[in-house]
Amino acid sequence: MIAAVETPYIDWAGLSPLVALLGGALAVLVVGLLRPRWIREGFVPLLAIASFGTAIGLSIWQWGERTDLMEGALRLDELTLSLTMLFCVAGIAAVLLSWRHVAPREAAHGEYYCLLLSVTAGMFVLVAAQNLVTLFLGLELLSVPLYVLCATETRREGSLESGLKYLIVGSVGSATLLFGLAFLYGATGSTDFAGIARAVEGSVSDDSLLLGGVALAMVGLAFKASVAPFHQWTPDVYEGAPTPVTAFMAVATKAAALGVTLRLFDVALIGASDVWQDVLAFLAAVTIIVGNVGALGQSSLKRLLAYSSVAQSGYMLAGVVVATRLGVQATVFYLAVYLAMNLAAFAVIIIRERETPLGDSIDAVAGLGSSRPLLAWPLTISMLALAGFPVTGGFIGKFYLIDAAVAGDYVWLGVVIVIGSMISLAYYLRVVAAVWMRPAAEVAAPVSPGETPALAGGAPEADRAPVELLFVAVGFAALTIAAGIVPQPLFDLVHDAGQALPGLF
Amino acid sequence: MTIHLSIVIFLPLAVAVVGLLLPTALVRGVAIVGSLLVLAYAIVIVADFESGASGLQYVTNDVWISELGIRWKLGVDGLNLFLILLTTVLWTASTVWASLRSWDRPKLFFLHLALAETAVLGALTAQDLALFVVFFDLMLVPFFFLTGQWGTGERVRATTKLVIYTLVGSLLMLSAAVATGVLSASGDQSITFEISALAERTLPRGTQDWIFLFFAAAFLVKMPAFPLHGWMPDGYTSMPLPVLAVFSGVLSKVAAYGFLRIVLPVFPDATVHYQEFMLLLALMSILYGSVMAFTTTQVRLVLGYSSVAQLGFIVLGIFALRETGAQGAILQAVNHGLVVAPAFFVVALLAERVGSEDLRDMGGLALRAPVLATMALIVTFAILAMPGSSNFVGEFLILLGTFQSKIVFAFVASTGVVLAAVYALRLFIRAFHNDRGVERQESREISLRDSFVLVPLVAAIVALALYPQLALHRSERSTTQAVAEAKALATGEVARTAVMP
Repeated sequence: MIAAVETPYIDWAGLSPLVALLGGALAVLVVGLLRPRWIREGFVPLLAIASFGTAIGLSIWQWGERTDLMEGALRLDELTLSLTMLFCVAGIAAVLLSWRHVAPREAAHGEYYCLLLSVTAGMFVLVAAQNLVTLFLGLELLSVPLYVLCATETRREGSLESGLKYLIVGSVGSATLLFGLAFLYGATGSTDFAGIARAVEGSVSDDSLLLGGVALAMVGLAFKASVAPFHQWTPDVYEGAPTPVTAFMAVATKAAALGVTLRLFDVALIGASDVWQDVLAFLAAVTIIVGNVGALGQSSLKRLLAYSSVAQSGYMLAGVVVATRLGVQATVFYLAVYLAMNLAAFAVIIIRERETPLGDSIDAVAGLGSSRPLLAWPLTISMLALAGFPVTGGFIGKFYLIDAAVAGDYVWLGVVIVIGSMISLAYYLRVVAAVWMRPAAEVAAPVSPGETPALAGGAPEADRAPVELLFVAVGFAALTIAAGIVPQPLFDLVHDAGQALPGLF
Repeated sequence: MTIHLSIVIFLPLAVAVVGLLLPTALVRGVAIVGSLLVLAYAIVIVADFESGASGLQYVTNDVWISELGIRWKLGVDGLNLFLILLTTVLWTASTVWASLRSWDRPKLFFLHLALAETAVLGALTAQDLALFVVFFDLMLVPFFFLTGQWGTGERVRATTKLVIYTLVGSLLMLSAAVATGVLSASGDQSITFEISALAERTLPRGTQDWIFLFFAAAFLVKMPAFPLHGWMPDGYTSMPLPVLAVFSGVLSKVAAYGFLRIVLPVFPDATVHYQEFMLLLALMSILYGSVMAFTTTQVRLVLGYSSVAQLGFIVLGIFALRETGAQGAILQAVNHGLVVAPAFFVVALLAERVGSEDLRDMGGLALRAPVLATMALIVTFAILAMPGSSNFVGEFLILLGTFQSKIVFAFVASTGVVLAAVYALRLFIRAFHNDRGVERQESREISLRDSFVLVPLVAAIVALALYPQLALHRSERSTTQAVAEAKALATGEVARTAVMP
């Protein structure tokens, strides 16, 4: 007799965003093998954008569904879908930023965009996971291609170093998380989030196995979300990686890591909230201070944004700490505006990297205000928004987070967010001051060939920046402002995401 | 008459954005037209204002962000009516003044200037705490750029210092504002930031205390008051003069207004608790500001430190927690704005003629520029609160209020009046008399185009001196209402309303 294997029911409609991403990954890999240059350099990125766009479209189509997929391995709800849309928007931006960048050319176009799509698919699995095994599966599907992406500029030492460093530190994080997940399974006898939540209910504080599991899982996720004191890899990796990859990591990986933290802590471990809340709040506070202080002395814009991303993780963690619907909504809201603010800044950095031999140094953007308003304004708006000035999405986002913190009885954490913002002014304003109030840096040395590859068809002094980069910079800057003036659509979106999590109030 | 305050607020910005799209040659004209339009609108509001009615007029009240309970609520009452007029008057003067001079990248300059006016008008009319915070923080952005790009000397350092100082205060205020909204909603009340609604809810004493301190930090930095004035010397030295005129004339008043609009009605217990502390800070500002104004030789800083002293008087009037004191504070806020702006314009004219802003290089201009000297003399008399000037009425009311509540503070503060005479007269004598016999004999009279700016401002000072009731009458009801609860607590007419935590 042949033993009949029961295959689980598969809801293809619910899985369709994931299918679009993985299908796109395969397609670009195959198409990238074709000979003609225009296919590799033009058609492949377009295909990647199309696949991201399809995933967004399918997410909108599935909006409002709240079902379990694959026998409860994945959860399709508005939290998954809203974050997926964020990942895909970041993905489209990353494709645009990479279009004429050196990284995909060195890594071969098909492979590069295939990796990018796989990372995004991993993010979908990660934030949708409601089972410890799928969670880890998603995490690895996200991480492994990302290690490779960091090292795609194969002829630049920094890029290779960054990839290796990320691989080592990331593996430590993954291993720690895996230990934590194993402990959780041992303590509760279930890999299923619902089962864990039932087991955790009640008997908590004296179960050392469970406590160990929570602690190790927290540390593992802290590595991924670059939460202090597990953030040390962030500046090095961000600085070394190709800038489009850095931009994608800064926004999408952050969103994925916080998304899974929300789901793990606010769904599976919600019964133990009195155990982890204070610890997580402490970590958030440390992260805010460490990130902001670390950014103070940086002269490399990528390092500066890396430390700033550490600090922003701390702000967003406040939304996780309070374990309320409001907190979830505030975190998702901030993730969305954070995406817009950062991508605008990274687009400008990439443009200047190609135009000047100064790389990502702050000198590269000096004097932009008088000569290049289309670059100066997006960078300025992005910096002011990150600092939390009003009339930008950053202000509303910070307001929302403080609101959530205060309403969740963490007034002191709200004050720490504010203190962090004060420190952050010093470095964000330094960039703005460089843009508007300093003369352009003297570009003495001509571009040496191996160091900064000149853009095809464009001299370093080219007056016009590539149109797709300008589009990213101006578009996301406009979105940042729009989110500060008419935030209601975004609020509606995150409202549904907050409602999706059961057991919160 | 229907008046839409949203239009008043956004008119300057809208006109400036139109100016961006036009050829550079037209920018100045557009900027002047824009500021005049807003001024006209403000005059209509003052004329139309019903001084007998209590409560807000021309209210706009819409939902802005429903999730956060933030409303787009604007309104005018006696507290902000004349500050709005003052804002539009000074902005018109500054815009005209600036358009008579040449600037690098004029489009951006006038855009920032207009954005600043929009933000200030927004902060003055906002009746929702969150909205107030938004506009209060927004005020800073254009001044950061105006100082950093068009300033003089160590402008980048100065502007960074200015922004960090003020934003530290503002961000503290942001967290305090959120806490006020969230913590005052007890039971199943929904969160609101409407100031009138917040005034009716009560916060526990301990919470009120820290929230009060956060708000006070924001306002005292903005004024600036001793000992939070560290940004002032650098900031004042670096700002372009027309920008400085509105900055010193209006922005510090927004802070003083914030005390009356928000702090006194919403945190009455903490206000009473910290009354003497605030009075002490006010006294120190008066004495420190006066002494510094007397010793420094930089003309801008003489005016800067005199502002510290004057703002000290305003804080004194507010925290006397008496109707007379608060009324005097509002009147004095208008007076000071109206006086300090022309004073800065006179400084600019002096600097253009002498080539330096140091008192030691000046002198003897009274003979060569009698008209300018006369106008400067009127301004000087107003600064030193000459009996007959509106400043005299303002300071008198403030001291009267203080005498009624805390007599010791009033006695010490009275010396500030004398000190003001000393530094104001020194400024005038050193700048205009004191002929050093240099051979600059040609006429140094004020030009016709500059007098377009200066003469109306001086005329406004004289007009207000002749008829200060214009402002007093319209603000009376609102100031009484603003101090009512705190006064009742301070004098023990009612028992403490808030529950002990």
